[in-house]
Amino acid sequence: MKSMNLALGLLASVALPSVALATDLEVTHWWTSGGEAAAVAELATAFDATGNKWVDGAIAGSGDTARPIMISRITGGDPMGATQFNHGRQAQELVEAGLFRDLTDVATRENWAALVNPPTLLENCTLDGKIYCVPVNIHSWQWLWLSNGAFEKAGVAVPANWNEFVAAAPALEAAGITPLAMGKQPWQQAGAFNVLMVGVGGSDLFLKVYKDKDAAFAAGPEVAAVFKAADDARKMAAKSNVQNWNEATSMVINATAGGQIMGDWAQGEFQVAGQTAGKEYTCLPGLGLNEVISTGGDAFYFPKLDDPEKSAAQDVLASVMMAPATQVAFNLKKGSLPVRGDVDLSTANDCMQKGLKILAEGHVIQSSDELMDPDSITQINDLFATFFSDMSMTPEDAQKQFAALVGSAQ
Amino acid sequence: MADQVRPSRLFKNLNAKIASIPMILTAVVVFLGGTAWTILYSFTDSKLLPRLRFVGLDQYERLWSAPRWLISIENLAVYGVLALIFSFGIGFMLAALLDQKIRFEDAFRTIFLYPFALSFVVTGLVWQWILNPDFGVQHIVRSLGWSSFTFDPLYNADIVIYGLLFAGLWQGTGLVMCLMLAGLRGIDEDVWKAARVDGIPTWKTYLFIVIPMMRPVFITALVIVTSGIVKLYDLVVAMTGGGPGQASEVPAKYVYEFMFRAQNLGQGFAASTMMLVTVAIILIPWAYLEFGGKRRG
Amino acid sequence: MADRPLPARTPAASRLAEGPRGARPRPTLSRRNILLYGTLTVIAAYYLLPLYVMVVTSLKGMPEIRLGNIFAPPVEITFQPWVKAWAQACTGLNCDGLSRGFWNSVRITVPSVILSIAIASVNGYALANWRFKGSETFFTILIFGAFIPYQVMLYPIVILLREIGLYGTLWGLILVHTIFGMPILTLLFRNYFTSVPEELFKAARVDGAGFWTIYFKIMVPMSLPIFVVAIILQVTGIWNDFLFGVIYTKPDTYPMTVQLNNIVNSVQGVKEYNVNMAATLLTGLVPLVIYFISGKLFVRGIAAGAVKG
Repeated sequence: MKSMNLALGLLASVALPSVALATDLEVTHWWTSGGEAAAVAELATAFDATGNKWVDGAIAGSGDTARPIMISRITGGDPMGATQFNHGRQAQELVEAGLFRDLTDVATRENWAALVNPPTLLENCTLDGKIYCVPVNIHSWQWLWLSNGAFEKAGVAVPANWNEFVAAAPALEAAGITPLAMGKQPWQQAGAFNVLMVGVGGSDLFLKVYKDKDAAFAAGPEVAAVFKAADDARKMAAKSNVQNWNEATSMVINATAGGQIMGDWAQGEFQVAGQTAGKEYTCLPGLGLNEVISTGGDAFYFPKLDDPEKSAAQDVLASVMMAPATQVAFNLKKGSLPVRGDVDLSTANDCMQKGLKILAEGHVIQSSDELMDPDSITQINDLFATFFSDMSMTPEDAQKQFAALVGSAQ
Repeated sequence: MADQVRPSRLFKNLNAKIASIPMILTAVVVFLGGTAWTILYSFTDSKLLPRLRFVGLDQYERLWSAPRWLISIENLAVYGVLALIFSFGIGFMLAALLDQKIRFEDAFRTIFLYPFALSFVVTGLVWQWILNPDFGVQHIVRSLGWSSFTFDPLYNADIVIYGLLFAGLWQGTGLVMCLMLAGLRGIDEDVWKAARVDGIPTWKTYLFIVIPMMRPVFITALVIVTSGIVKLYDLVVAMTGGGPGQASEVPAKYVYEFMFRAQNLGQGFAASTMMLVTVAIILIPWAYLEFGGKRRG
Repeated sequence: MADRPLPARTPAASRLAEGPRGARPRPTLSRRNILLYGTLTVIAAYYLLPLYVMVVTSLKGMPEIRLGNIFAPPVEITFQPWVKAWAQACTGLNCDGLSRGFWNSVRITVPSVILSIAIASVNGYALANWRFKGSETFFTILIFGAFIPYQVMLYPIVILLREIGLYGTLWGLILVHTIFGMPILTLLFRNYFTSVPEELFKAARVDGAGFWTIYFKIMVPMSLPIFVVAIILQVTGIWNDFLFGVIYTKPDTYPMTVQLNNIVNSVQGVKEYNVNMAATLLTGLVPLVIYFISGKLFVRGIAAGAVKG
């Protein structure tokens, strides 16, 4: 095997003589849709410009597919150079087990503590005063994407909030348009529910459930209203026959669906399709009801490696990811918000400007990934997967099960 | 098999023992050791990394009260029973048809068996395409004029398991056919002659004479097919991803997801231990029938 | 016939070659024959349908797919989807299609097949002709191992591979395939070697031949067919593996099945069904070709692996 590697190495050095000094760093992530891949390319270009080499380790099929592979590689003793996780507790135990590189030096040198906004993002990366990850973006879930074309076809005005959207659903259906596009993966369904919770119920309600884990409250009448809204949503999405989120977004882009509840990453798809906010599509943060966004998103973690050259390259990559230029280029393509407040995003489109404004005003909440452990999140996702696909499950039943899960969550 | 012991060779047998080291290591370290390890850790509260903090039967209690696990079990039971019935029924029928001294037997057999050469991932993707409501069977029938025709098993929680069954049977029936054919060929010609002389109709001969004689083949096929069903995983991942909702979840997927996705190893280990128990329930009676009486011959 | 499945000395599989034993058919073109061939043809069509759909879909352009009927032959044949599936389809920033997965699969399959067959044939030989105290016990455990759901073993093997430093390497996966191929292959070889006439073995012993001499000089040359069967069984099995490939490798070394799943799930804008079908066909091609070429031997492999002879 060794001689084979050697032979391949020789071949490579003949073909690409200039990379001899570069350190290869394999980076794993699950960004594989059109818009996402374009954003990753920005990170890769910025890193390659430092004389190192980004080796792309994309894993397709959503984070739920990718994370197991990443985790088993880290625990299996064959770590990559850097890997994506969502903000929050997905990598918590790996950090506690000492499997990740301590980035405190880089962070102190560049004064991340003063730059990163909101500060909860850096807190998520911190254990015992040491920093173990680089937040790269803020993704918020609380968006309703509407196809202007679809409403035009149905002969109704583009709604300004969720309630108007629900009212317009019959007209859309009469025009042969699926009112709500929704992929059939549990994370999408649970995500949409949480958006409804913030939109319909407000952020206090959301925090009482996800942060305080108040089971009695989750069983109460305020949350029942959210389940009623979710019941509307599943009826509107009954004819949506897609699996992946970006296929659902395609339906909105092609005006075969009226709208989609999806995070701001959907924006990248509209961009790749050459559409402009306000013209072909409309975005409503907080469903047009409560303009609040959650500060979920992605962070990169750097497993401990034995090779000092690679460790040095890891620091370089961490620094590159936080650099203002990268933050701007990456987030513009990704449709997400930068993690530092001091960069200029005047070129961002309407929807992103809305998001930036909400962020600047501080109307933010933590995401469910940050507030609950993956085990509880999985169980809640499972519940909503059933709720959204099984019409025989009543909102009351679902709420009862939901309250029980909230009560036992960690 | 030759059962005479060769007593005088004990010391010369060193080579055989050395040659068997890989087998012994695999059997003891991997199969026994790995199983014991998993069972042991199923009594702990291991999350993302295994740790020995025992919590008694907690993981099992949670497992059996988790709606998703119960759905998975139910799905597997429905899929398993139907898959067994149909693959045995169709498999035997095909074998009987091929056993009629027909022409082109090889060609037909090749056709019935080729899906078995394909991976479940490939099988799942093809059937996903054929059953796609916007392009596949439903679309075709509708475009022929029957516009209310609905056939969307992969998107309808109530019938998604039958969608999986379509693909699973397509892939697996050939194997059963092959085993049955081997079994039919093992029936002595005289049996048929005697049946004809006695004027017993063909279907009766099959039902009351041939099938009972083929009992061992049926049992073997049963064990193979069942243990394959318990492992059902790739097909579901490629075809439905467990959806819509959780309607096509299966135990193997539950294990994988709790181990690696939900970061709850203990729960995953408990579920895989239950799978092991299921297999043992199937295997032990079979092993008893197979090896029971004659072991100490 | 008692409890034994089939008499030990005649492997069930070889009976396939002995010809049909069913009721004697009556003269041609009877109603019965029409019914018989009619049924078989209809069923055969059902079995061939997916293959046909794959082929025609992979030769169409996307506009034609969106408008048309999945069963209709292509109006305008294009090989572009095949080119794209093989060399251009993207997962993230890697846009080299299935080609890398193909070579990975080759690099995984070839050593796995050789190693697993070498080990299993020697094991089977030792079990058949050189039994020692405990050998049958180990063999029984091994056979039970064949039925243990893989999920039970996933995590322990992660740890095992980590401890021996093979996790994520091709050799790690090769080892896993060798381990999981061992039960069925050992069974296959043991049963075959048991059916080799005892006298031959005894004569060689009298001539002073030892363990390895008998294995290489007598057993191996006599059992070429069973080696071929084992090779077919292993090549298709390992090529088609998905679960182990996904867990015990990394993106650089992903086998073709995993890459196929990745490509199909990396939707960029619109799902390109033609590319997906071409990719699916490409992945299935190797086992299919082996199957169609080897024909009866493949059948024998399955039957022999499955029915204990």
